[in-house]
Amino acid sequence: MTKEAIKAKELSPLKRIGNFQEVTLAYGEEEALEEAKRCLQCKNPVCISGCPVEIDIKKFIYQITQEDYKGAYFTIKEKNNFASICGRICPAEYQCRKTCVLTKTGEPFASPEAINIHFLERFAGDYGIEHNLQPTVNRISNTVTLGPKPEIPKVVVVGSGPAGLCCAGELARCGIKVVIFESLHKPGGVLRYGIPIFRLPQDVLEAEIDYLKTLGVEIVTNIVIGRAKSLEELRREFSAVFLGLGAGVPYFLNIKGENLCNIYSANEFLTRVNLMGAYKFPEFHTPVNIGKKIIVIGGGNTAMDAARVALRLQKMNKKKPDVRIFYRRSEVEMPARRLEIVHAKEEGLKFEFLVQPIEFKGNSKGWLGKIKSLRCKLGELDSSGRRRPVALPGSKFNMACDMAIIAVGLGANKILTSVTRELEVDKWGDIIVNSVTMETSIKGVFAGGDIVGGEGTVIEAMSMAKKGARSIIKYLSS
Amino acid sequence: MTLNMMMKIVEKSILADTSGVKIVRLEVFFPSVAQKIKPGQFVVVMAAQEGERIPLTVVDKDIAKGTIILIVQEAGFTTRLIGKLNPGDSFYALLGPLGQATPIKRYGKVVLVGGGVGIAEIYPVAKALKEAGNQVEIIVGAKERDLLILERELKAASDRFFVATDNGSYGQRGFTTDILKELLLKKDEKYDLVYAVGPIPMMEKVSLITKDIGIKAIVCLNALMVDGTGMCGCCRVSIGGKTKFSCIDGPDFDAHLVDWQELEARNRIYQEKEKHICNLYKSND
Repeated sequence: MTKEAIKAKELSPLKRIGNFQEVTLAYGEEEALEEAKRCLQCKNPVCISGCPVEIDIKKFIYQITQEDYKGAYFTIKEKNNFASICGRICPAEYQCRKTCVLTKTGEPFASPEAINIHFLERFAGDYGIEHNLQPTVNRISNTVTLGPKPEIPKVVVVGSGPAGLCCAGELARCGIKVVIFESLHKPGGVLRYGIPIFRLPQDVLEAEIDYLKTLGVEIVTNIVIGRAKSLEELRREFSAVFLGLGAGVPYFLNIKGENLCNIYSANEFLTRVNLMGAYKFPEFHTPVNIGKKIIVIGGGNTAMDAARVALRLQKMNKKKPDVRIFYRRSEVEMPARRLEIVHAKEEGLKFEFLVQPIEFKGNSKGWLGKIKSLRCKLGELDSSGRRRPVALPGSKFNMACDMAIIAVGLGANKILTSVTRELEVDKWGDIIVNSVTMETSIKGVFAGGDIVGGEGTVIEAMSMAKKGARSIIKYLSS
Repeated sequence: MTLNMMMKIVEKSILADTSGVKIVRLEVFFPSVAQKIKPGQFVVVMAAQEGERIPLTVVDKDIAKGTIILIVQEAGFTTRLIGKLNPGDSFYALLGPLGQATPIKRYGKVVLVGGGVGIAEIYPVAKALKEAGNQVEIIVGAKERDLLILERELKAASDRFFVATDNGSYGQRGFTTDILKELLLKKDEKYDLVYAVGPIPMMEKVSLITKDIGIKAIVCLNALMVDGTGMCGCCRVSIGGKTKFSCIDGPDFDAHLVDWQELEARNRIYQEKEKHICNLYKSND
């Protein structure tokens, strides 16, 4: 019988919804040691197969047990440049923790007994940042002849989200000069504009990005590729291109009344708050409205993030917290991280499962007043392997609300692909790549992250980016 | 051409400052935008690190100097902040070119209508249409004579030039749309396109007039934006019952398909907050 898992300390729900402080606190050294010692050090560490970038989990946890935190940090860094980010936001319960042998078979998510691999990863990652640990650069480029343009062995990465940062890091660690182009005024992509700082504090993101800069990566913000520069120009100026454009365009529901005032996409709401600092209005100049009764539509991480930001803004603006999730399936099908659902519930978020909005209704001045919806039941399995929601006839109901946030997914941003005809895309506008090399239909142009195959997790994007980086190195050497 | 030159204001002039309305012209160093910008496209700027991102039409460019011209009417908090920038100061952020360019071709006879700061926004389009061989007529409207900007440039870009002022201090007393209606209704005149930029009521009126007469009309919409690259949907507008993003699908749209009431309402979403921040900083001044 193994010992009980060590929980990470958290800010109390009452305290945390009045601010944007990080909710989950870091393991202290003792907690980390105790949790690491629970690891069975399996002969066949199946947890590793659950990690999209195959971190040697067994080894780094063992190093923690030996108090070799530096070693643990470098073990993670071998596979993942961003331990402090992934330790905070990876959906470990679907990944490494789910494949951990301590998870009971047949469970939809990791069991509570499974090793808290993510908390240990965060512990090691933060240790590295605090101690300013710098892995050495393995100058692969010194040992290979760089062609076909040896005079400019420079790679350009478009987009500074998880895929772009990861690809840049992998290349830079091989001694390759990398420039990242980012259209926003700050780097980080979804890590910056999407994920709230109570899940991923700005200083952690800054530290991880600074680490790339110490590797020699140059980041240029305020430049939109496809407009200020074409892909053709990039190909002339650089030896290889990596496109980590992200899933940039929010989907709406395409129902009546969707453009009423105070209906936001989650992307807009979160961008205003996270990137533009609207929670500090008027010290920061970007405004965001906050309703008395807010409905968030969707069941993914973005919906959870938007809802929890909304709760905080209500509290900070002296409104009674009243935020409700509308999701068309039931709780078990929610794609959100389980921990976010737990945290959201503790914070007072309300849930309305099995509902499908059919119309937004407003007042005479064009502001949202209520949402008309249908109740659903779960039907047959769909292509995602989840049971399809089926609307129940005659189940119409109205719910009053003065603000709604739509978080039902994102599609491809076509700014670059629409002006680059040779770049093949699928019917959703996502870039088509060779799944082994991540090379696009254009030679020397690689892609990864959400612009390939649609929305996924941060670590999945990183996994593609790593593959892309390996292919780029091969391409440069050939 | 160093990076720290980017976004720097190299020249500033006050085009108008009267009756509480101030219009500022800024020449900004940003070669990549200067090189690529087309008529009808815009940039998104931030005046300060804690600032808002707002879209501004690029009025002109000087490729040799690597500069673009922005014209800003100080109307709200952020435009006033931009008005305080001086030569040597830099924008905190500037991104472009954004939006679809206005389709420039030989339409035949074209009339452009500009109201308020829209006067500046019709200029690059007028110039391009003239260069493309169109007969270009321009109608501009301002509250009073001193608020009429770019008169010389617009005259040079047009074959005929009309002015309307609210108080009759210059040109015809009344609205641009009065002149437009007169022109379009003349029996011996046949127009092929109307292009209008200005306050929503003016653009809506242009839409009604041209729809009645049966002339194609394009308007450049001024929806609120954040990123300007299609990421947030703040700028969504209903065009013929379909939702479009002004930033990536526009900002030009078929005037006859625009849901004006919705645009007007959406542009007031932050009116209260705007008042609050303006008052707050006024009392701090």
